[in-house]
Amino acid sequence: MGIRERLSGNEAIAYAMKQINPGVVAAFPITPSTEIPQYFSTYVNNGEVDTEFVAVESEHSAMSACIGAEAAGVRAMTATSANGLALMWELLYIASGSRLPIVMAVVNRALSGPININNDHSDSMGARDSGWIQLYSETNQEAYDNMLMAHRIGEHKDVLLPVMVCQDGFITSHAIENIDLVEDEKVKAFIGEYKPEDFLLNKANPISVGPLDYTPHYFEHKRQQVEAMNNAKKVILEVAEDFAKMTGRKYGLFEEYNTEDADVAIVVLNSTAGTAKYVSDILRKQGKKVGVIKPRVYRPFPVDEIAAALSKFKAVAVLDKADSLNAAGAPLFTDVTSALFVKGVKDTKAVNYVYGLGGRDVTFEHIESVYNDLLKIAETGKVEKVYNYLGVRD
Amino acid sequence: MSKKVNEKDLRSMDPNATWKEMSRGGTIASPGNAELFKTGDWRSMKPIWHEDKCKQCLMCYPVCPDTSILVDKETGKMSGIDYDHCKGCGICANVCPFKAIEYVAENESE
Repeated sequence: MGIRERLSGNEAIAYAMKQINPGVVAAFPITPSTEIPQYFSTYVNNGEVDTEFVAVESEHSAMSACIGAEAAGVRAMTATSANGLALMWELLYIASGSRLPIVMAVVNRALSGPININNDHSDSMGARDSGWIQLYSETNQEAYDNMLMAHRIGEHKDVLLPVMVCQDGFITSHAIENIDLVEDEKVKAFIGEYKPEDFLLNKANPISVGPLDYTPHYFEHKRQQVEAMNNAKKVILEVAEDFAKMTGRKYGLFEEYNTEDADVAIVVLNSTAGTAKYVSDILRKQGKKVGVIKPRVYRPFPVDEIAAALSKFKAVAVLDKADSLNAAGAPLFTDVTSALFVKGVKDTKAVNYVYGLGGRDVTFEHIESVYNDLLKIAETGKVEKVYNYLGVRD
Repeated sequence: MSKKVNEKDLRSMDPNATWKEMSRGGTIASPGNAELFKTGDWRSMKPIWHEDKCKQCLMCYPVCPDTSILVDKETGKMSGIDYDHCKGCGICANVCPFKAIEYVAENESE
């Protein structure tokens, strides 16, 4: 029936990694993800895992070591944040392009500059097109659960892509919450042994990984990656179904909260979805029909499902904790509106709010103001301003 | 060259292969395949070995970045230069204590 514990988000991730017992963990400390390799190295020192822990000199090396290890034939994991993720940039593409199902915990933090160590999503949003599957987590529990599902998704033969499990820096990474942990033996059985089809250290069938891939072939290999992303959606749902059988906790591509008969909805990732749910509950009591859509799977982006879910509302606000700085909408918003357009959803008005950059608090009042804006749009059918900023001093 | 490419790789390397037929991520199942990639035509300068001046010191062998100094397996002596892979960097000519390797422009030779 699970183990009742209380852990911070970072502890929960490190605990999941202990239960996964990967072949290699290579990591470099960076706030707010530092605690993950720190806790994990304690497990290594205590002999609680069989993992080879590589204390590398940079995140570039951390991801390089993970690529080498995964290609060699073992599970490789790491954790990072912000500029650490940015330093991995070229390796992210090599990991996904070489089809290595590495699993990485990303503890979301604002990307410098100016320098800021607090939470927003500019780090993982910058990596949204790197060919990694991205799962987002509202709570410590979700971060832990996503971590337990990540290998099953990434290693599936129809997928073979690396996976990022994202959670909000400090807000969930450092806050201690009650959590239901799965027993070690159940985790072991759920994840199974890693048996790659081809790997470098296979003496019987040695291979070359990462060769020169010129014009006659590179395009086709990118096309393969797209297919893997397409397949990932189905696999993610299958794995979630198995996970629900084991734990009773259900996960989809996104969570719908208070959306039945809702006139308007907020689309938001990670911990702010919790605030939005709370506000939605209160406004519901006042008779306002407001809901929340919380994407869990951002890559692959669930175009059909998101468009279908949003088509029921008169107006939606997409909240982005990262700005694209393109003067044309933040990442989640442009993905959502693109989905609405291609699926022919014409009756749902969509507006964008960039919020919480650099860890700026997003409060009850902020969310309430967005719902009130949406209700006004729903009533009048008029959008005054598409691109909005929430909580910035004007 | 002596290297053999297996069926899987041949299919994968075919320029008409579709993405469905190609190996995942470009993985090559035939090991030691770098030899199949000819780099000799990158050359603009070329080393020329003069056997009469060569004392078989083999100083050239370890410095060659492309393993292009050919050594006879039976005698252990230098037997020539692998022009299929030599990129013409000139390091061999530079280290040769006996000036047995001449370094000339590609179009100046023969």
